[in-house]
Amino acid sequence: MSGYSVKVVEGKYKLSGEFSTIEPNQPIFDEKGKLCGICNPRRIVHHHSLGGEAPFFAALARGRLLATRCDNEKCKDGYRSVFIPYRIHCPDCLERNTEIDITDLANRTARVYTFMVCERSGAFNTLEKPIRFVNVAFEGTATILMSYLLGKASPKIGMRLRPIFRTRNPTYTITDLAFVPAETRPEDLPPGFTFSLEPA
Amino acid sequence: MITFSKRQLKIPKFSRDVYLVTGGNSEFRRAFPEKRTEELCIEAFQEAAKYIGMTAAELKQFIHTCYYGHFADHFGDQLLGEAVIHDRLGLDPLGNVGIKTGGATGGSTIWEAAKAVASGYSDCTLAMGWERMDEVPTDEGNNYIACAADKDWETPLGHIYTGYYAVMAQKYWNVYGREEESFRRTLAEISVKNHGYAYHNPFAHGGMKITVEDVLKSPVVAYPLRALDACLMSVGASCVILAEKETAYQMSRNPLLLYCAAGSHTLRVADRRDMEIPLLPNETPDTYKDLDREFPGEERYPGFTGFLAARMAAYYAYHWTGIQDPCEDLDLVELHDAFTISDVQTYEDIGIRPYGRGRTYVESGDCYHTNPKTGKPGKLPANLSGGLLGCMHAVGATGIMQVVELMYQIHGRHAEIHGDPARWKRYGKEKPKDWVDLQVRGARRGLAISHAGVGSHVTCTIVMQPDARLDQ
Repeated sequence: MSGYSVKVVEGKYKLSGEFSTIEPNQPIFDEKGKLCGICNPRRIVHHHSLGGEAPFFAALARGRLLATRCDNEKCKDGYRSVFIPYRIHCPDCLERNTEIDITDLANRTARVYTFMVCERSGAFNTLEKPIRFVNVAFEGTATILMSYLLGKASPKIGMRLRPIFRTRNPTYTITDLAFVPAETRPEDLPPGFTFSLEPA
Repeated sequence: MITFSKRQLKIPKFSRDVYLVTGGNSEFRRAFPEKRTEELCIEAFQEAAKYIGMTAAELKQFIHTCYYGHFADHFGDQLLGEAVIHDRLGLDPLGNVGIKTGGATGGSTIWEAAKAVASGYSDCTLAMGWERMDEVPTDEGNNYIACAADKDWETPLGHIYTGYYAVMAQKYWNVYGREEESFRRTLAEISVKNHGYAYHNPFAHGGMKITVEDVLKSPVVAYPLRALDACLMSVGASCVILAEKETAYQMSRNPLLLYCAAGSHTLRVADRRDMEIPLLPNETPDTYKDLDREFPGEERYPGFTGFLAARMAAYYAYHWTGIQDPCEDLDLVELHDAFTISDVQTYEDIGIRPYGRGRTYVESGDCYHTNPKTGKPGKLPANLSGGLLGCMHAVGATGIMQVVELMYQIHGRHAEIHGDPARWKRYGKEKPKDWVDLQVRGARRGLAISHAGVGSHVTCTIVMQPDARLDQ
């Protein structure tokens, strides 16, 4: 779908083009010709704020992996906890977390915590099937990130991984981040993906 | 949170007792091209009225507020579907509200309806749930279900909820299942059992006589899970009527006591943090002192192998009702068997077995109506309705259907409802010649677990004969 654009100007959405496309209804009959129902086709474009998580998605396009950390010394459970997925606020004290770059940590310590090879997908899937989900543990983080494995290897629990980034034509979605086995050579990366890039 | 205050661990208490007066199910199918949702809801309501010898109009006279469980507006392409059903049931101008907690929607609807009675706001409430999952293609349905995951962090990853769930199954399979063929067969036995029980249930649409080999040869969905390890996708409605004591006895000679507690955990499995295991009444710290050594590979709790929400729902419910050991104090259970492996995980979360030992509930034969190893009654039969694998998973109705089935059992009316040839005929089916009465003899207490997805919400509903209460 194209022919539309969304921008933010002076704090407000500015929409242009076509967002809602209606198509003619179609009746549904049974084998005897009795009317049973109606089809209601149309296409819709949603737009959605990434809000305080936008830095994470922007960083993926620059080849960097961001997380957050609770730096509130008074926080009983969360203090010094590192959160990936990136959480804007600490789930315990609700203070705003500190953004940290964990790219090097991920390059050194990413491992498969669990995985799943999924033969099916839902509508609008953009990933190649079978999808190899990997849940990735990093040394010292409080949480375990869900992502997907690219390349030819089959995932295994404990497998060492490296993050890769869709730095060419990024989508600014979580699919811009994937993982490959740690020993993967740069020339074997899928099109559009690179290993991490040096900070700008 | 990973540590809890005393206030957060307060054992729930109703201000007055809540009774389950009646309930009813519609027929369940994969699709109902010739029925609107309201027709299914009215069918369930009429079933509930008939069960206590009333007309629908008579039953309506008792209802004060209404709670409607409907998970996914977008499946039916109708926002505020609850208002549509409320209108078609002719229950205006009574107050009503919609409840949405994913797969736990049915249980949560009961939770809310019970609290209204317990608080004194209402003397009698309706909890009605339904789902319409047949009006989009299956891959669009998968996308819609995946929209219940985090839209920025999970949904774009394949738009397939099964995948988000199955990573947990993989971890359990690896750590506690030890990737053993014998465990794979145990999982298949659950599927055989629940499809087999559904075969005797006229409401069900997944009843089948299958073998372990059939399950093991069914198409792989996400290894080690296969098609016959996964629940149905269904359309249908269920309802229960709850009331305070005096009203309940005006409506029925034998209302049942009902308790309902709830727990939750992170929407994204990714956000789970390590914590201490909250212990149930039949566990001590010693129960788990050797767990890591015995089952290496899961250094976290609940990690990806347990459901904290289920554990907390059981924690609240058991301490509240006085249940010490579910295997000793309950007569049957209806569990949320969305997948065979999650069924095993739930055995552990709710203390039927300790963590790591869930498979023995199946392997001992305890989970059967009749223990296949001894020929005697199973110690704690599970999912005699057929569960989500064999009966149905019309999401908003599922947790309510479970409680209706418990009610039939505890009233000793299972055969009357399930064995009626006219009902089978009305649903376009022939009652099997080898139909079996799955009544649990002398059933007095039952439990239902209603569970959302990767464990964001879980409710634990316990129903019992009033003279079987343990909390006094």
